Amino acid sequence: MRLNGLVGQAAAVLLALGVSLGAVAAQELKIGLAAEPSAMDPHFHNLTPNNSILSHVFERLVETAPDGKLVPGLASSWSVINPTTWELKLRPGVLWHDGTPFTADDVVFTFARAPNVPNSPSSFASSIKGKEVKKIDDLTVHLITALPYPLMPNDLSNLLIVSKKTGTDAKTEDYNSGKAMVGTGAFKFAAFTPGDKIEFVRNDAYWGEKPVWAKATFKPIKAGPARVAALLAGDVDMIEDVPSPDVERIKKEPKIELAQAVSRRVIYFHLDQARDDTPFIKAKDGSAIKNPLKDLRVRQALSKAINREAIVSRVMEGMAIPASQFLADTFFGVSKTLKPVAYDPEGAKKLLADAGFPNGFKMTLHGPSGRYANDVKIAEAVAQMFTRIGVETAIETLPPAVFFSRASTGNNGGPEFSFILVGWSSDTGEVSGSLKPLIGTFDKDKGTGTANRGRYSNPALDTLIADAQATVDVAKREAILAKASELAMTDVAIIPSHYPTSTWAIRKGLTIKARADEYTLATGVSGQ
Amino acid sequence: MTAFILRRLMQSVGVVVVMSIIVFFGVHVVGDPIYMLINPQADQKDIEAAIRALGLDRPIWEQYGHFVMGALKGDLGRSFLFGESALKIILQRMPATVELALTAVLFAVVFGIPLGLYAGLYPDCRSGKLIMGSSIVGFSLPTFWVGLMLIMVFAVILGWLPSTGRGQTATYLGITSSVFTIDGLRHILLPAINLALLKISLVIRLTRAGTREAIHQDYIKFARAKGLSNRRVIGVHLLKNILIPVVTVLGLEFGNLVAFSVVTETIFAWPGMGKLLIGAIQSLDRPVIVAYLIMIVLMFVVINLVVDILYSILDPRVRLGEASA
Repeated sequence: MRLNGLVGQAAAVLLALGVSLGAVAAQELKIGLAAEPSAMDPHFHNLTPNNSILSHVFERLVETAPDGKLVPGLASSWSVINPTTWELKLRPGVLWHDGTPFTADDVVFTFARAPNVPNSPSSFASSIKGKEVKKIDDLTVHLITALPYPLMPNDLSNLLIVSKKTGTDAKTEDYNSGKAMVGTGAFKFAAFTPGDKIEFVRNDAYWGEKPVWAKATFKPIKAGPARVAALLAGDVDMIEDVPSPDVERIKKEPKIELAQAVSRRVIYFHLDQARDDTPFIKAKDGSAIKNPLKDLRVRQALSKAINREAIVSRVMEGMAIPASQFLADTFFGVSKTLKPVAYDPEGAKKLLADAGFPNGFKMTLHGPSGRYANDVKIAEAVAQMFTRIGVETAIETLPPAVFFSRASTGNNGGPEFSFILVGWSSDTGEVSGSLKPLIGTFDKDKGTGTANRGRYSNPALDTLIADAQATVDVAKREAILAKASELAMTDVAIIPSHYPTSTWAIRKGLTIKARADEYTLATGVSGQ
Repeated sequence: MTAFILRRLMQSVGVVVVMSIIVFFGVHVVGDPIYMLINPQADQKDIEAAIRALGLDRPIWEQYGHFVMGALKGDLGRSFLFGESALKIILQRMPATVELALTAVLFAVVFGIPLGLYAGLYPDCRSGKLIMGSSIVGFSLPTFWVGLMLIMVFAVILGWLPSTGRGQTATYLGITSSVFTIDGLRHILLPAINLALLKISLVIRLTRAGTREAIHQDYIKFARAKGLSNRRVIGVHLLKNILIPVVTVLGLEFGNLVAFSVVTETIFAWPGMGKLLIGAIQSLDRPVIVAYLIMIVLMFVVINLVVDILYSILDPRVRLGEASA
């Protein structure tokens, strides 16, 4: 009894302590991140974790709204003044964190700096390539291209603008130390402790809507269960990328809410459609056969054999949508008529028989382990579904570091595997960002088919993709892209599986604007 | 003594050279870092430019030569992922790991030796058996599971301690560490216990075995016959003699804790070197992996040296000049 009393008292004290701490913490938002940014230099590494966190301090000319639409950022408006020239009006009255006004000089400076950061493992060269930037006056900039270029606003929505004054001669180290961390964004840089945390404080002179949080702290917690535990323990207010095994538990937790958004990613299968003799497909008795994936009926059969609903509900725990094409229905350039291919094992068997494989064949499905949510489980499930229609499928999953190099260049510089599970996220948020790299004919000089690991090639599609690239008229471009998507799906250029949704879990009472681009932003969180 | 230390250092140079070759060529066999680093949207020309920028287009022996030339000047290469000196990044994260490892070793000594001594002195009593039984549990439970359970119980259910990260740091006597603040101590407790559990069990077993053996030795009987107090017999005569294996093992285990506390650091998001290493392996940040392993080799060489010197202090029969084999 006495012990109980003591424990009770101790608990009451702790509770009181917790309550008072909670009141203080309302000023600070703590976020658990799944991946750590590699640097604070906004042009060092063109990858989501960096681009996401640096959006707090720096801003872009064109910003992306949570639903993926492009909205004015540091440029208040943009227009095409002739087919090869875009005019940008810059936002007046914007101040850098050091008090200097933002002008066209900063834009010109950023365009010169971004592609030339020393030691950059992935630069922003592709967002800048082929664009000449010209200052007209302090608040007007012209961007000139050799050919009509409709994707200008999309490209601008990738590039963070830095200050000319502090950015001149600034190295990546100067950004990491905070010396050059002068942006225009809603938060000011406070501290960066690699591996531990990143701290920002509110910019009270911000031109736009000021954030509700005086301070935002980001902690990289890579291990999924640890991230969930940190949220449950109240060490962070919000986490990104909820591991799907924990989704059920979090839904039941009264103090925590789940937010999700359709991502720009599709999980799909790439098929070797180039080689006549593909190394990982054999007849049932082990003898060599001609690559069956070149036959449309076989590709259709494999697509019909996949039970997408089951993958979404069982493997992904509902954190995905069955896929019919390259991007989910809400994005620019998707076809409104395409529906996910229905699960039809009998129809699949019939198609296989028609194609001359009544008994099926043997195949190895390669995939990465730990790159996408549940990637290994998906590969296992799909292998079983294929085996059910007679295509005896073995799986081999590899660490991403090994998988991607072999899948891209493992066979004397060409793709090595026959049938792979991969994912693709369209950085531009519209369909050409998927069509051109994934199923455009592999061509080094044109920069098409960069990630075409099946070496699919269809001249009709290439023409459509090139047309879309040169069409500035929005409605026409949308129609061309939709037509290209339909053509690609009819020809089963790839087999789409599902669009995973991005997930966040957040303390009850707070609300988050869930974003399609997988960015986790403190500016999007409001609450007490 | 000086000659011994010099000879030891010469040997270790050889070890480091061999190790650098194995590690350097080893990590270059696995995968291609470029696909882990570059934005998937980049086209072939961007990829080629990045490969050139990182020096990956050069033949491997040339890369190794470049590395050796740099290493001689104290530069172990530049991290692909962070763009900064690999050595600097590792050293930046070293204090966090060292303080965690030291705390864990402290736990191992403070709990392990008395418990082991007790179990050795009273092997048939119930609490002695209980200690031995629990040490088996400490041995056999996997670290990641225990870590998650500690978080579940003490952070999630009871809410007493924070579950992740390192607390506030403070500087005392020129050393910056999180063990000098209350917040820091609260943060370090769970990961340190998680790391220490196995070490405590190890020390218990070693101490017990040593005690059981030494207690029947003549010198103990002699000390008792001399009329020394029980306290002095156990605290000085016995303890001093059983500590040699304990010190050896703890020395090496300390090295292991510093080098490979990967699991604990990952679960508790502890910003130390282990987390850095696992990240470097996942993204194939070769310079960091190579620099890390070379540093670890150096560290083990130094630890072994220190252990040998401690031997000679604990056991006057060990003469360093002859002990080096």
